[in-house]
Amino acid sequence: MPGYTDPGFDTLALHAGARPDPATGARAVPIHLTTSFVFDSSDHAAALFNMERPGHVYSRISNPTNAVLEQRVAALEGGVGAIATASGQAALHLAVCTLMGAGGHIVASTALYGGSQNLLNYTLRRFGIETTFVKPGDIAGWRAAVRPNTRLFFGETVGNPGLEVLDIPAVSQIAHEAGVPLLVDSTLTSPWLIRPLEHGADLVYHSATKFLSGHGTVIGGVLVDGGSFDWEASGRFPELTQAYDGFHGMVFAEESTVGAFLLRARREGLRDFGACMSPHTAWLILQGIETLPLRMERHMRNTERVVQFLASHPFVARVGHPLLESHPGHRLAQRLLPRGAGSVFSFDLKGSRGQGKKFIEALKLFSHLANVGDCRSLVIHPASTTHHRLDDEALAAAGIGQGTIRLSIGLEDAGDLIDDLQRALKAAEKAGA
Amino acid sequence: MYVDVNGARTYCYTGGQPLEPGRPTVVFIHGVLGDHSVWALQSRYLAHNGWNVLAVDLPGHSKSAGEAPASVEQAAGFVVALLDALGIQRAALVGHSWGSLIALEAAARLGARASHLALVGTAYPMKVSPALVESSLHEPEKALRMVNTFSRSTLAPPLGAGFWVYGAGMALGRRVLRSNPQVNVFHRGFVACDSYAGGEQAIAAIQCPVLFVLGTLDQMTHPKAAQGLIQAARAAGRQVQVAQLPVGHHQMSEAPDETLLALRDFLT
Repeated sequence: MPGYTDPGFDTLALHAGARPDPATGARAVPIHLTTSFVFDSSDHAAALFNMERPGHVYSRISNPTNAVLEQRVAALEGGVGAIATASGQAALHLAVCTLMGAGGHIVASTALYGGSQNLLNYTLRRFGIETTFVKPGDIAGWRAAVRPNTRLFFGETVGNPGLEVLDIPAVSQIAHEAGVPLLVDSTLTSPWLIRPLEHGADLVYHSATKFLSGHGTVIGGVLVDGGSFDWEASGRFPELTQAYDGFHGMVFAEESTVGAFLLRARREGLRDFGACMSPHTAWLILQGIETLPLRMERHMRNTERVVQFLASHPFVARVGHPLLESHPGHRLAQRLLPRGAGSVFSFDLKGSRGQGKKFIEALKLFSHLANVGDCRSLVIHPASTTHHRLDDEALAAAGIGQGTIRLSIGLEDAGDLIDDLQRALKAAEKAGA
Repeated sequence: MYVDVNGARTYCYTGGQPLEPGRPTVVFIHGVLGDHSVWALQSRYLAHNGWNVLAVDLPGHSKSAGEAPASVEQAAGFVVALLDALGIQRAALVGHSWGSLIALEAAARLGARASHLALVGTAYPMKVSPALVESSLHEPEKALRMVNTFSRSTLAPPLGAGFWVYGAGMALGRRVLRSNPQVNVFHRGFVACDSYAGGEQAIAAIQCPVLFVLGTLDQMTHPKAAQGLIQAARAAGRQVQVAQLPVGHHQMSEAPDETLLALRDFLT
């Protein structure tokens, strides 16, 4: 039963990882804007460098403010720990490059954020890491795509922007049968809507820029390890099960039974690739997380109102949200996402591409920009912006049409959002007359 | 490293250093549903500062094969057999929770071969509530949650990079439970704690100094429940040290440095 010692989600969102500062009594988490930390002695320095004692050395590797954020997100996700990164993309890169090098292979969902698709389909190929893309609902396809050199399965809790719901229990089972972990991007849902680790995922990451931060102020990412995957039993991960010359011959899976991945990711990936988070950014994301439960509840309530409005509007051809029975992921969302499938979704106008442009330009409350998960409502045309590098085939595979509009529903009064949409729809309709 | 003990492949974490002749040896013994990794922030330091370290996975736990011990006495027999298998004449013993009882019993059996005895998060008798014992058998996930909740004293574990102690405890417990498909080592370990009756005899028999590392906020093994052993050790003329830390039952992860320094100062 939740109590002081067994806190619920809302309490963890405020308290996990933080306590009044013992040096000053400061109640809010202090921002430790320092590059480095003084050693007590030469022996202390040596022990910190060799992971014999806990503590911070250099803020690229770890920092007390970042550590609070890492513990807090790990607590909210039900993980063993986390690593804060410079961005969500940095978190994805860190996960991939901790688990494989050239010659590695990934099986990934087609329904990915454009930046992730770009990283896998173009950039990582240049470094010898191949990806096979599978429609998230094609369960047999996931199995068929496995190769002897496969090291990772990867998908999003709900695809961006089609909200294709990933069947995490089914996909993770196939991944585990193949001896590889499932990494899930949970940016669009946040742990308030779903905790992927509880459904079988092994690793989770967020673009904390979005709902965790919630205010559109900073770029950041967080990578969480569930501690559930047995790297030794798999036999596919010498990076974690054999001595690493780059860190005193450490065998990470011996060093920590459930934290091996995080140890290597921090001691190699964060150290060498260097995509760390600023403590100031960590602090701002912590501010956001403190109100995450309240904001997510309001995001969901507003989204329901807007989806209902759009679904009944005569100038709207399709609304792609699992709230609607017409969405292919409706039943799966009811099972995995009972609190809602997020507030970022797309819809299609009945008009031309030009009318779509007119619609966006007529909006006053919705801001036209490339972000989601802000407290303010946002709008964008994916085919010409976030997914513009995708060819037509890849665009269609990602469930995006030329006239698709993506909305990110914020925290304004729902009635005002609907008025804004209604006015813009009317302007778009008139533009086609 | 792996070593054959009583015919079973046994894993010992050596702190990233090979064993070297002439160095003193310290054996770390984990508690119920633990393994060698619970000592990560104590064992590695000692291994790099002059000690041969053997942080064991008890038989039938985590990386070690063999029959999981059904009693403190069986587990203590394993510790003695481990030292014999490696040809180690003398060693310090450090145990946490159930592991502290195993260390105590093993030290009594080893006599002069035990150089030091450190009991972390200990109590005697170490009674486990019948409801928890029952849950560990029939609803292990629920029992694991209870144990980790009772073991926690803070939502803000200390210095360090990003590990969430509660989540790590849950994940390790699940992993160790899964590591033995034949025996529920959760239930077996609790029964072994609950039924151990040799504490007074063992504390009277030991010949080495004793350190008690206790968490003042420990709800699993309350410090009061260690007082009998402390008094008995003093009455037996043993050199006794007590370190009280303002933490719960996860002494090694809620107060990693303080626990390490207490052990280091005691051992050296």
